[in-house]
Amino acid sequence: MKLTGISAAVVLCATAAIANPIAPGEVQYDEYGAVAASLSGSDGDAANGAKIMVNRGKGNCVACHAVTALNDAPFHGEVGPSLDGVGSYRSAEELRGIVANAKKMFEGTVMPSFYKTSGFIRPGDGYTGKAAKEEDLMPILTAQEIEDVVAFLLTLQDS
Amino acid sequence: MKYKAMTAFAALAISAPIAFAGGADDDTLAIDGQEMITKTAAPAHMEETGIDTIISGWHFREDDTQSMQADTFDNPGMIAVDQAMDAWNTVEGSAEKSCASCHEGPESMQGVRAVYPKWNEEAGEVRTLAMQINDCRTNQMGADAYKYDSGPMAAMEALIAVQSRGMPVNVAIDGPVAETWEKGKELYYTRTGQLELSCASCHEENYGNYIRADHLSQGQINGFPTYRLKNAKLNTVHGRFKGCVRDTRAETYSPGSPEFVALELYVASRGNGLSVEGPSVRN
Ligand code: HEC
Ligand code: HEC
Ligand code: HEC
Repeated sequence: MKLTGISAAVVLCATAAIANPIAPGEVQYDEYGAVAASLSGSDGDAANGAKIMVNRGKGNCVACHAVTALNDAPFHGEVGPSLDGVGSYRSAEELRGIVANAKKMFEGTVMPSFYKTSGFIRPGDGYTGKAAKEEDLMPILTAQEIEDVVAFLLTLQDS
Repeated sequence: MKYKAMTAFAALAISAPIAFAGGADDDTLAIDGQEMITKTAAPAHMEETGIDTIISGWHFREDDTQSMQADTFDNPGMIAVDQAMDAWNTVEGSAEKSCASCHEGPESMQGVRAVYPKWNEEAGEVRTLAMQINDCRTNQMGADAYKYDSGPMAAMEALIAVQSRGMPVNVAIDGPVAETWEKGKELYYTRTGQLELSCASCHEENYGNYIRADHLSQGQINGFPTYRLKNAKLNTVHGRFKGCVRDTRAETYSPGSPEFVALELYVASRGNGLSVEGPSVRN
């Protein structure tokens, strides 16, 4: 793992601290689908973000995206674009918006919304195939996990 | 020289975990020498999908999986066909009949797999092959129905599919089934679950792409029932649908439900023109 970009990312992410995490229904997306403030109120941990991106039950981002820096985890998919260098052409605000709810930026995209708890058709209880009660639904990633992933994405700089 | 070798190595290192890109392969499938239609022009109703060639799921599998299907002796699904042959001749139920009592040999089922699901006029319903088998078991034989996606059902479907092997799928989509077909089409495009994915998200927009380690096919059902190396048994169409819906983090429909019957009719019609391949081998 190359983590040289982390400290830079931490600095970039440092935003005004808001005490409580912003609930999925309260997130403010701008007209391009970006989100200005940290969802958790804290900075992200890029090393944890990398773990979330390869974890099948969490982000599982590599199911759809190739990421050279995560090549230790086997089998990267090709449904979405490679994320190499994404930290050099996307801002933290854009990345936060994309990871929280990519449909705000890319209308109709197949990329799932990781910070959303309502408006689903037949939501299930995880991968059990059984029904979930909408009021019990948790977002796929927590506010802090979104921040962690964003911090990791910002380390993906053009070499 | 040294430099060259190093860049080649670097390229390998980068691309190895990223599965090998590319869509369907160009191999051809002959089962025991009989050529299968595994790629053909999409039926007219698919015009708006952007798919002009429909492709059997066989083309998206690895070579060794593919070759298991080409020879009936290597196809583990054929064991179930033998078992179903015994069941075919076994007297069961209050009427003391076997399938053979009314249908003679299973060859009488030639052409049947290719046209199901199909309208049953007397019952006034769209019937899948599984529903028809259970109708005969309960109403003709006075025997218990098979569980919809059970092993004995999958085996009997395999025996019946083999009789049509190589024949083009040709399910009707108009007339009395039109309404059910429309419902199936709607389900195909409905983005379910917390991942908000539809069948089309994976099998129409992304076939040929890898999703993690899985090479996405068009999700065709001309090869069902399928023997999967993953669970080492024959899998029914509705069993497969259930798994795919569950993977969108959704509440699935039940095997045999009206929703899955409608979806099966619609998905089958997207394979009109491909050979019946069942039982096929998949990973
Ligand atoms: C089911 C597949 C899928 C999954 C899972 C997925 N994505 Fe995506 N992602 C896409 C697609 C497709 C796009 C392209 C957007 C579009 O539809 O135009 C995309 C776009 C992106 C972009 C924008 C890239 C750019 O060039 O602007 C980022 C960043 C991104 N994804 C990050 C992630 C992260 C982080 C995760 C995991 C938390 C993830 N994705 C999970 C499919 C996926
Ligand atoms: C008592 C006689 C009888 C027995 C026993 C019987 N069937 Fe049938 N089967 C019929 C009749 C009659 C039809 C046509 C009825 C209809 O179309 O609804 C039929 C139709 C079918 C069809 C549909 C054929 C087509 O062309 O669409 C299948 C498949 C089938 N039977 C399978 C079986 C199997 C498998 C068994 C044994 C488990 C079985 N049947 C036992 C009488 C029988
Ligand atoms: C998240 C992506 C995804 C979604 C959504 C999805 N599937 Fe699949 N499906 C797969 C994968 C992966 C496989 C195994 C590889 C392959 O054949 O595509 C598969 C396999 C299949 C197969 C077996 C194909 C064969 O040749 O044996 C069928 C049939 C199928 N899917 C139907 C559906 C239907 C119907 C839906 C909608 C209810 C659906 N799938 C939704 C990913 C998906």
